[in-house]
Amino acid sequence: MKSMAAKQLSALVGKEFRQMLRDRKSLFMLVGVPVMQIVIFGFALTNEITHAKILVEDYSRDPVTQRIVDKIQASTYFDVEEGSLMPDALNVAFRKGQIKLAVVFPVNFGSSLLHLHRADVQIIADASDPNTAVTLTKYLSSIIADYQMELDRTSKAPLQIEPEVTMLYNPELKGAPTFVPGVVAFVIFLICIGMTSISVVKEKELGTMEVLLVSPLRPALFLMAKGLPYLAVSLLNLIIVLLMSVFLLDMPIRGSIVLLLAESVIFIVCALAIGMVVSITSKTQQDAFMNGQLNMMAPAYLLTGFLFPVENMPLPLRLLANLVPSRWYYIIVKDIMLKGMGLQSIWKESLVLVGMTVVLLWVNTRILKVRLQ
Amino acid sequence: MRTIFLLVQKEFIQVFRDKTLLTLIFLGPIVQLFVLPLIANYGVRNISIAIVDYDHSPYSQQLIRKILSSRYFELGGYASSYKDGRSLVKRDEADLILEIPNGFERDLVRQGQQKVFIAINAINGIKGSLGGAYLSEVLSDFNSEIRLQWMRPERFDNEPRIEIRTSDWYNPYLSFLVLMVPGFLVTLLTNIGSFLTALNIVKEKESGTIEQLNVSPIRKSHIIIGKLLPFWILGVVDFSIGLLIARFVYDIVPVGSVLLIYLFLAIYLTALLGLGLLISTYSETQQQAISISYFVVMLFTFLSGLYTPLDAIPIWAKVLSQINPLTHFITVIRMVMLKGSTFSDVLYPFAAIVVLSLIFNLWAISNYKKTV
Amino acid sequence: MGAVVISTNQLTKKFGDFAAVDSVSFDVYQGEIFGFVGANGAGKTTVIRMLCGLLLPSSGTASIAGFDIYSQTEEIKKSIGYMSQKFSLYEDLTVKENIRFFAGIYGLSDKEIREKGDGLVFELGLQESAKKKVKELPLGWKQRLSFSIAIIHSPQVVFLDEPTSGVDPIVRRQFWELIYAASERGITVFVTTHYMDEAEYCGRVSIMVDGKIRALDTPSNLKTRFSGNTMGDVFRSLARGAARVGD
Repeated sequence: MKSMAAKQLSALVGKEFRQMLRDRKSLFMLVGVPVMQIVIFGFALTNEITHAKILVEDYSRDPVTQRIVDKIQASTYFDVEEGSLMPDALNVAFRKGQIKLAVVFPVNFGSSLLHLHRADVQIIADASDPNTAVTLTKYLSSIIADYQMELDRTSKAPLQIEPEVTMLYNPELKGAPTFVPGVVAFVIFLICIGMTSISVVKEKELGTMEVLLVSPLRPALFLMAKGLPYLAVSLLNLIIVLLMSVFLLDMPIRGSIVLLLAESVIFIVCALAIGMVVSITSKTQQDAFMNGQLNMMAPAYLLTGFLFPVENMPLPLRLLANLVPSRWYYIIVKDIMLKGMGLQSIWKESLVLVGMTVVLLWVNTRILKVRLQ
Repeated sequence: MRTIFLLVQKEFIQVFRDKTLLTLIFLGPIVQLFVLPLIANYGVRNISIAIVDYDHSPYSQQLIRKILSSRYFELGGYASSYKDGRSLVKRDEADLILEIPNGFERDLVRQGQQKVFIAINAINGIKGSLGGAYLSEVLSDFNSEIRLQWMRPERFDNEPRIEIRTSDWYNPYLSFLVLMVPGFLVTLLTNIGSFLTALNIVKEKESGTIEQLNVSPIRKSHIIIGKLLPFWILGVVDFSIGLLIARFVYDIVPVGSVLLIYLFLAIYLTALLGLGLLISTYSETQQQAISISYFVVMLFTFLSGLYTPLDAIPIWAKVLSQINPLTHFITVIRMVMLKGSTFSDVLYPFAAIVVLSLIFNLWAISNYKKTV
Repeated sequence: MGAVVISTNQLTKKFGDFAAVDSVSFDVYQGEIFGFVGANGAGKTTVIRMLCGLLLPSSGTASIAGFDIYSQTEEIKKSIGYMSQKFSLYEDLTVKENIRFFAGIYGLSDKEIREKGDGLVFELGLQESAKKKVKELPLGWKQRLSFSIAIIHSPQVVFLDEPTSGVDPIVRRQFWELIYAASERGITVFVTTHYMDEAEYCGRVSIMVDGKIRALDTPSNLKTRFSGNTMGDVFRSLARGAARVGD
C-alpha cells in the first residue's frame, strides 16, 4: 500500500513538474519577477535624503553667515542654491518644487551674534512631506548647533555634553536592509499564492480534475503532489533572491543559514496552502486570480510591516496584520539576517507560522474532501 | 460618432451588469481611501528608547526625565548594561539606546565636558535618523538648561547664541495624511486604468467578439476610442468621489486650482488607458494580462514617490520613475493641492505626462491590429 | 449562374515553412451556397480569415464583390457578414441590445434597426426572449441569432465558419432553413463545415485536404465521380493519406 502511494505521488509530481517547465512564459514570471523586484526595490527604495536643495537667503553676507553656509554646502545632505532676495522668490521656489528647505539670515546676523551675543536664523521647510521636512530641519539645526559649538569652544563654555552616535546593524544607513527582508517576504508570499491559486482551478476548468477525483487518490496525497513542485520552485526562487541580496546588495546574513532556510520552507508551505484554499474554492481561473492576487496584494504589502510600522496602526488593523503570515516571516528574516538572532529569540514568530501552516493544511484536506462528495 | 456612441453605450451596459466589476470600480477605491491612510501612518512618534544610566546622578535623572517628557520618545526600558540595552533593541523593544557613563555629572562639572553614547537601530532608516536627530536636540536643550543653572545669568548672556526659528510651510501640523491622501487619490485610478482596461479587451479576444468587431467596417480608431472612453469617464467619476472624500473626511482643501488638477487628470487617464491597451495587445489570455499588469502596477506604485522619496535613488531608477505616469501625477497633485502651484510651476511634469500619453497610445495603436 | 462574387487565384498562406493554405483558386457566384469541407486543420478557417480581411495572404490574389483583399479590406468589410466558429455575440447583453449594437455598427438607421430587429426576432420566434441576456439562450438559438445578426445589414456575402458545431442534427436542420432563406434573398453563402451531411445541402462543395483543394463540384457530380453514396464516402476517398489529421 505504501509503495502504491509512493508510486502515485511520483507520477503526479512528475506530471506537475513537466507541465510547469513546459509553460515558459509562466515560468519566467515565477522566477523573473521576484528577481526584478529585488533588484529594483533593493536599489531604488530608500528613505535616505541626500543632496536636498536648500535655498539660502542671506541678507547679512558676513563671515559668520558665510561660514555657516560653507558648512551646509559641505554636508552631503544639502545642495545650496543662492537666493535671489526677491520678495516672492521663496514662495515660487517652493511652489515649483525646486527646494525643500530655505534658511534666512537677517541683516546684521554676524555682528549681532558677536556683539549682542544673540542672532536669529529662520529655517523654512516644505512640510507637505512632513518626514522629509522634519529630518532636514534637524540636519540643518545640528549643522548650526555645530557651528555654535565651535564658537563655544573658542570661548571655553563650561558643561559641554557631546553625544557620540553609533548606527547599529546598518551603519551606512542604506535602503536595502530596511526594505529587502520585507520585499523578500511579500514577493515570495504573493508568488506562492499566485502560482497555486490557479493550479487546482485550472484542472477543474479543463475537466481533468474529475479524472483525478475518481481515481483512488487520497486528498492529502493529491495536495502534496500539487504542492511539491511549487515548493521546489519557490525554494529555488528564495535562494536566488537571497544570493542576490548578499552579493548584489551587500546584505549580511548574520544568523544561521540553515535556520533561515528552515523558516522559509515553513513560510512557503504556508503561502502555498493559502493559494491552494483559494484554488479549491474558486470556480474559474479569473476568480482565483482576483481572490489570490488582487485581494491579497494590498494586505500583503501594507500589513507585512516593511513599509509602515504595524505598531502605528489602529487596533483592528493591527489585529488583522497578525493574520498575515508574511508579517511574521518578515520579522524572522530581519532578525536572522540583520541581527543574527537564533531560534531562542524568534521561537514565538516561528510557532505562529507553524500553527498557521498546520491549520491551513488541515482546512485544505477538509474542503477537498467536501468537494469530493 | 454614432459607432463610438454605440460602443460606449455597450460598454456601460456591460459594466453596470457586472457586480464584481462594479464593486471593483466604485466600492474598492472608496474603501481604500478610508483604510489606506490609517495604515500609512508614517509620522514617526513614540520612538522607544532604552536607557543605560551608569551614573544615577541628579543630572542624569534630570536628562532622562527631559527625554521621556518630550513628545517624541517613550521608554523602551531601563537597562543595567549596554549589553542589556542591545538585547532590548534586538527584541525590537527599543529603537535606540542612550548610555550615560559613570561619572557623567562629576566629569561634566570638573572637566567641563563629557560624552554620552547613543546607539541607533538603523534598520528602519527613518526611525533611526529621526530618532537620533530628536535625541540630539533634546540633549542640546538640556545642555543649555544646565549651563544656565550652573552659571551666573550675566555670564551666560555673554555666550553667543544662535536662535533657530523654524516654520513648516504648507502643512504646519506636520500631518502625514496631508501628504498621503492626495497620493492615494492617484493610485486608486491605476487599477481601473491598467488592470480593467487590459482585462476587458483580452476578455473580448478570448470570447471572440473582438473578431466580430474586426470584420465589421468600424474604424480601428473608433474601436479603440469606444473601448477607452468609458473607462476614462469612470476614472473621472472615481477621482471626483475621492476628491470629495479628501475634502470632507480628511479636511484637505486644495490650495491650488481644482481645474488644473482635472486638466492633469484628463491627460493622466489617457496615458494610463493607453498603457492598459498596450498590455492587452501583448496578452492572449486574461491570465497573461493580469500577470503583466500586476507587475507593471506594482513597479509603478513603488517607483512613484508615493511611499519613499525619489531624491536619493540611483540614476537608472530615476529614469524608470520618469517613464512612470504615476510619478508625475503624484508630484503634481501634491504640489497643486498642498502648495497651490500654478500651471507654470508644473510645466515639466505636464510636458512629461503628455509625452508619455502619446508614446503609450501610439505604441498600443500601432500594435493593435484588426488583422491577426 | 450569376455574377462572380468571390474569386481567388493561387491564394496561399504560409506560417513559416508551413503552407496552411496552398495555391487555392476558385470562384463563387452570386446567390449560391458554397461549401468548404475538410478535416480540422485542413486550412478552411485560414481561407475564411483571409477573405474577411482578418489575415493577410502570403501570395496569390483574391477579390470579394469586386474589391481586392490586399488594398480594399475596408470596402470588403462593408459588403460581408461573418460568423465565427466561436459563438461571438455579447453574452451579457440582451437579444435586443446585441441586435441594436451590431446593426448600429453596420450603419443602419434607428428606424431600420427597429424594423429589421423586430422582423428578425419574429422570424426566429424569440419574442418571449427578446429582453433576455444572450447567455440564457440555448446554443442552437444563439447560433441562429448570431447568423441573423451577421446578415442584418444585407451583405452580398456571408461567411460562416463551422456555424453549427456542437449541436444536434435537428437543430442543424433549422439552422440550414435560415441559410436557404438568405440565399433566396440573393445573399451568397460561404460556409465551412466538417459535417458531411451538411455538405449535401450545399450548391457546390470544395473539398480541402492538407491546404489544397482536391475537388470542387456539385454534391451529386462529386458522388458520381468518386462513386460514393454519400458525401462522407467522397470525402473519405479523397482524404485518405492526408498528412494533417484533425483532432
